[in-house]
Amino acid sequence: MIALGIGAFLFLFPFYYMLIGSLQKRKNPSLAGVLPNPGNMTLHNYSQINAAISLGRTLINSGIFTGGVLLCTLVFGVLAGYALARLQFRGRGTLFAAMLLLQVVPFQLITVPLYVLIVRNYGLSDSFLGMIAPFAINSTAVFVFRQYFLQLPPELFEAARIDGASELRILLGVAIPLVKPALLTATLMTFIGPWNEFLWPFLITKQHNKQPLAVALSNFITTTSATAQNPFGAILAGACVLAAPAIALFLVFQRKFTSTDIGSGVKG
Amino acid sequence: MTTAQISPDDSRRGGHTSPLDGSPAPSRDARRNHRSWPERVLGRHPVGILFGLPYAVFIAIIFAYPLVLSVYMSFHRYIFTAPGVGVPRPWVGLDNYRTALSDPLVRQAFLNILIFLVINVPLTVVLSLVLATALNSAIPLRSFFRGAYYVPYVTASVAVVGVWLFLFNTDGLVNRLLGSLAPNPSWLINVHWAMPSIALFVTWKQLGFFILLYLAALQAVPKELYESASVDGASKWRQFRSVTVPGVRHATTLVTLLAIVTGANLFTEPYLLTGGGGPDGKSASPVLVLYQQGIEQNHPDVAAAIGVLLVIGVLVIAGIQQLLERD
Repeated sequence: MIALGIGAFLFLFPFYYMLIGSLQKRKNPSLAGVLPNPGNMTLHNYSQINAAISLGRTLINSGIFTGGVLLCTLVFGVLAGYALARLQFRGRGTLFAAMLLLQVVPFQLITVPLYVLIVRNYGLSDSFLGMIAPFAINSTAVFVFRQYFLQLPPELFEAARIDGASELRILLGVAIPLVKPALLTATLMTFIGPWNEFLWPFLITKQHNKQPLAVALSNFITTTSATAQNPFGAILAGACVLAAPAIALFLVFQRKFTSTDIGSGVKG
Repeated sequence: MTTAQISPDDSRRGGHTSPLDGSPAPSRDARRNHRSWPERVLGRHPVGILFGLPYAVFIAIIFAYPLVLSVYMSFHRYIFTAPGVGVPRPWVGLDNYRTALSDPLVRQAFLNILIFLVINVPLTVVLSLVLATALNSAIPLRSFFRGAYYVPYVTASVAVVGVWLFLFNTDGLVNRLLGSLAPNPSWLINVHWAMPSIALFVTWKQLGFFILLYLAALQAVPKELYESASVDGASKWRQFRSVTVPGVRHATTLVTLLAIVTGANLFTEPYLLTGGGGPDGKSASPVLVLYQQGIEQNHPDVAAAIGVLLVIGVLVIAGIQQLLERD
């Protein structure tokens, strides 16, 4: 219990420190700097990082990137998951095998060829399409959908088919309403990916007005931060803005974010 | 090999619902005799092809084709050109592999990732199993603790890297606390400490996810085993060793495998925490070198070779791990 408490402190302290550091007028790395000091507090770091990387624009970019991935995963992922669980068609075994294989293909192996294809051949650098493409359908989410659809009683589907409902109608009217928790789980799982993703958008966006916040902030850390008045304050202010949406979403839906869902998803 | 290990597991779990042949038994025989030709060629629900098509296209374009192209590039001289411009791309055999392996930076990067894995993987497995076991028992504030361990995982690496830079700086809080015990030069610019610091950072960042995997596995360990163990007078530690650890063996295999794959993908942390793999390339990761070679220095063919080598390395380590765990 005490060990858990110490552990929780070690895990949460950096986040508390992130917030304190983002509010400090002058960097104070001493022990006293851990406590909030009203004389040394300011929101100036936030306006400074906003002036450097335009928080609004980059947040919108992160939002479009994440939203695009979520939309594709939910629409095409549900269709694929339903087909894999409930429909018999030629090629189902192949598709299922490909899905399993996908989980062990490391992304780094295909980074360079994918970069060649998307940037050089298709000319999709600095575009949301190029950013979204590699993550468009989250295979783990497809797997979660399939697992949920498999759990539904087959009689339900047989009955609907006998009534003459089309498969799309069955999916929308019968299956999806019964697996709403799966939609939420998949949304939460998928959201973290593109929102936090760094390497891929970093590779393909050179224009500032197309970069997601994570990329813009990292460029600030590596290049321009030296010129800022209180660089660490500005970095931490940007970090707070980047961290807040994911943490907020997680805190709101924590109870829905159950271990069994994730477990069944990743075991794929 | 990893796929072979995963797919039978899946069919076993889904066995009662028959994942690959889900047709309900009663109507099957009646239908088989009256199947029309589209049914025979396309299956009983041809609409499934339409439903699965976007996903199939995605797999083909985003994974299968680049995978093949990657291997192709690693055996040819390949340079970037504008679309449509034809340049010869001659077969060069293992030349790109030779170039990659004779580069001391590349060799250093592979050594670095080994150091990383030696620290990160055992630490991850032990800490996440112990914490998951503690979190699985009835303790006050359980959901608060779960949340606390989970927060780093849901947060972007780029964001928390900022705090770690602040904490582990030369005049950062950690060094102030340690006083003369602090390494000099400081953690992230110290040739001995740079890679271990990154390994600790990643362990801290990813632990919540692995705790979650173990929590799921612990649900499946039968409660009766603990009851009979405590009737036999086994201590808590003894129960942990004889019931919990064997009970979550499959999860341990998965956690180890995923930790290795995550480690092999390492890029953001050395790039940002240690300013592009310094000091002296002592914290460069293979993916970082792959990025520098392929995109900064315009040698995509050598970069592809590094990628293939990295994957072979991961498969070998995963294979050894499988062999070790079999007995």
